[in-house]
Amino acid sequence: MGLTEQQLYLYLAVSAAMFTIGTIGVLIRRNAIIVFLCIELMLNAVNLSLVGFSRYWNDPAGVMLVFFVMCVAAAEAVVGLSILIAIFRNRQNVRVTEVNLFKW
Amino acid sequence: MLHDIFFFVLSVLGIASGVGMLLNRNPVYCLLMLVVNFFCIGGLFLILHAEFLAAIQIIVYAGAIMVLFLFVIMLLNLEVEAREEHHWDLRRISGFVLGLIFLMELLYTFSDIQQFSSAEEQIANFKYGKVEPIGKALMTDYLFPFEMISVILLAALIGAIVIAKKHK
Amino acid sequence: MILLLAPLIILLPFFSAAFIGLAGFISPNFRQQEKLIGGIATLAVFIPFLLLCAIFAGFEGNKLTFEILSWMKTGNLNLAFSYQLDQLSILMGLIVTGIGALIHFYSIGYMHHDPGYYKFFTYLNLFIFAMLNLVLGDNLVVTFLGWEGVGACSYFLIGYWYQDMEKAMAAQKAFIANRIGDFAFLVATFIVYNQLGTVKYSEITLSGESAFWVGLLIFIAATGKSAQIPLYVWLPDAMAGPTPVSALIHAATMVTSGIYLIARLSPGVYMQPGAESVLVFIAVIGALTALLAALIAIAQNDIKKVLAYSTVSQLGFMFIALGAGAFSTAIFHVMTHAFFKACLFLGSGSVIHAMEHSHSVKDPQDIRTMGGLLKYMPQTGWTFIISTLAIAGFPLTSGFFSKDEILGKTFAAAHYSGWYYFVWVIGVITAFMTAFYMTRLTYLTFGGNKRYPADAHVHESSPIMTVPLLILGFLAAVGGFLGLPEVIAHGHYNWVSHHWLNYAVKNQELHASVTTEWILILLSIIVGLAGMYLAYSIYKKYDLAGDEKIKAFFGKFYKVLENKFYVDEFYEAIIVKPFVLISQFGVMPFDKWVVDGAVNGSGFVTTVLANVLRRLQTGIVQTYAIIMVIGAIITLAYLIL
Repeated sequence: MGLTEQQLYLYLAVSAAMFTIGTIGVLIRRNAIIVFLCIELMLNAVNLSLVGFSRYWNDPAGVMLVFFVMCVAAAEAVVGLSILIAIFRNRQNVRVTEVNLFKW
Repeated sequence: MLHDIFFFVLSVLGIASGVGMLLNRNPVYCLLMLVVNFFCIGGLFLILHAEFLAAIQIIVYAGAIMVLFLFVIMLLNLEVEAREEHHWDLRRISGFVLGLIFLMELLYTFSDIQQFSSAEEQIANFKYGKVEPIGKALMTDYLFPFEMISVILLAALIGAIVIAKKHK
Repeated sequence: MILLLAPLIILLPFFSAAFIGLAGFISPNFRQQEKLIGGIATLAVFIPFLLLCAIFAGFEGNKLTFEILSWMKTGNLNLAFSYQLDQLSILMGLIVTGIGALIHFYSIGYMHHDPGYYKFFTYLNLFIFAMLNLVLGDNLVVTFLGWEGVGACSYFLIGYWYQDMEKAMAAQKAFIANRIGDFAFLVATFIVYNQLGTVKYSEITLSGESAFWVGLLIFIAATGKSAQIPLYVWLPDAMAGPTPVSALIHAATMVTSGIYLIARLSPGVYMQPGAESVLVFIAVIGALTALLAALIAIAQNDIKKVLAYSTVSQLGFMFIALGAGAFSTAIFHVMTHAFFKACLFLGSGSVIHAMEHSHSVKDPQDIRTMGGLLKYMPQTGWTFIISTLAIAGFPLTSGFFSKDEILGKTFAAAHYSGWYYFVWVIGVITAFMTAFYMTRLTYLTFGGNKRYPADAHVHESSPIMTVPLLILGFLAAVGGFLGLPEVIAHGHYNWVSHHWLNYAVKNQELHASVTTEWILILLSIIVGLAGMYLAYSIYKKYDLAGDEKIKAFFGKFYKVLENKFYVDEFYEAIIVKPFVLISQFGVMPFDKWVVDGAVNGSGFVTTVLANVLRRLQTGIVQTYAIIMVIGAIITLAYLIL
């Protein structure tokens, strides 16, 4: 059985809450690793809403999209972490507030 | 009824662990909180009948990727962040406020859910979340993106090695 | 067959100019190879001349066309570098390349030891290229390209000795005066395209108002390039360039391009209903120019200035012919004028060369310090005298036939409008004065007493300079037999008008009775001989003091003539001064405060804003993320509301 509108709304609300938590984390945490974790959380929140929609419409496309998002997230995590390692090797820390060369 | 109970428990737990991750100063704890969160999401996938996704959510995400993060945290030997780094300056406050405004807007948008209007009749016995239909879809309709993903993963693998390698 | 080689006519001078220019620019050694440079440049003009001769010999009366390059295709406009070889363009092409080749050859000697040798020949070849575009192009735009090209080359060559401020200013004056005409040319082209959707000569047929305006505008363009009132002032100053340039560009070819253009447009514009008043106007302006320039020429003492004013005067004659509707006669005069005027200029160059090398006089161009040169420079002297006879209209010389034909046609044109009587009278007076001042010039230069220091060794120029003189002198003497008067030849032997140009241009029907024609011929003989005799007798008797007689004759008016009717001063006061004043007190503050203010202000505002905004670029990722979130919030809010 599919979802009713109320159920879909609840899923989307949970997804939105998690996404917001991730967003706030990205905005306020200074540790690059944690920022990264928050981004993962945001990705997962979006995944949840996608699956919810997929269930609501009975359309497998959403599920497939989530599958691809996970693959890309894995690739992104690998590259991101290696960048963090490179930064750490240069600066002995991973504080995002200190990486500020990218300006004017 | 059973669905609603599971949903309630899982979502409360997931949000709570997310908030915990947001506020904890120890990176390792943060990571463990996130793992809990991922388990909850995996559970939500299950009750949404996306069994395959639930499986890879736990195996790949919570298992492999999070363990990779954990390795990195330990490799970098990150300490617990000092308390003074958590004082509330303008940026952190504005980040909080903006996040909350954003959440309100999202909820307001979703509350208008009648717009989606499910006119289509739902098909019974649709096995969309099982392994078999997903595998078939991947090998037919989604063959090209599937192959592309393998290339992306390979590129990420090589890129990560090159970036993280010690330069002589 | 020969048509396959026809593009070479256009391309050879171009490639030669490019080669000499680049090689000379890159390699200082190449610049020293004067013989090589001159040889290449001369061949690059002589070979097109031979090709044109071959085409001319095999010409069967049908227009030949060829295309070198497609230029632009937009909408229904299809412009190409396409050229046509009909009677008119072949004749003009022969004049340009033939005389051009002679003058190139002459320049090898004349420009000897000049530091800018390679530049000179680059410009000269480029000029030939542009001029061939002008006369061979089969549409107005290619002609305009050539028109601008010859203007530019003329500018380069007048200002060839650009270190001399006066010469550089003369170049600018020529350029600006030409620009005014060019503007009219452009507008005329626009009108033609607007009316007909084409710019090809063969498809141009206008009538009524558009014929009037296009005709008038093309004539204004011609007054710029061909030095007529009111734009003639640049030509006398253009004598600042090297003498071969004066001969080639400012006497034989470029200045006749206005006449060519009007003749070219005669079937489609000038002989169409609506353009009759333009023709009368052209004739009157031509006559006034001829008279004015001839008057000024009497009082000039610079050998090149006299020739320059005589060029303006002769161009006026050509415009008289155009105005009378005798287009082929005008082209005939272009041809004979090219012969004798090129010869005169090259002869004057030879004289100047000799005077310069004797290092004896301050101004090598002043005829008051010459005199008696015939003994020392026989070849130069005799060719100069022959050409003088030609321009003065001595019977059976080239100038006699063409000038007589012009006056006869003008008299016949009075059938259409009474104005032509006036024009004709002025033409006769001018012919008399032409004979007078040219004889004065020649006598003061070659005859009479030596007026330069006795120790100066004046000698004849090298053969490289005298051979072109001899050829041109010969042509000046016999060239007129190509266009015998109707009354003598009954139209059968007037080759230029009847057997050749009649197929390319459309002439007004002009016929006078046999008696009238004979009377007119006799009149021109008398007028020419009288002018020559008068000048000869005065200067034979008084030598340089003969000028005093002229002064006495003109009285106070002589001062006016000496100062060229104060036209330059008049333009200075009427146009230049007010223009400068308006710029200084009207436009400059506007430019400085409003235009510059707007420009600088926008820059200033940008700088200030940037200084503020760049604070946003902290380089810290989280700041950017906050801005992104704000953007997302605003977007969502917009979607909700």
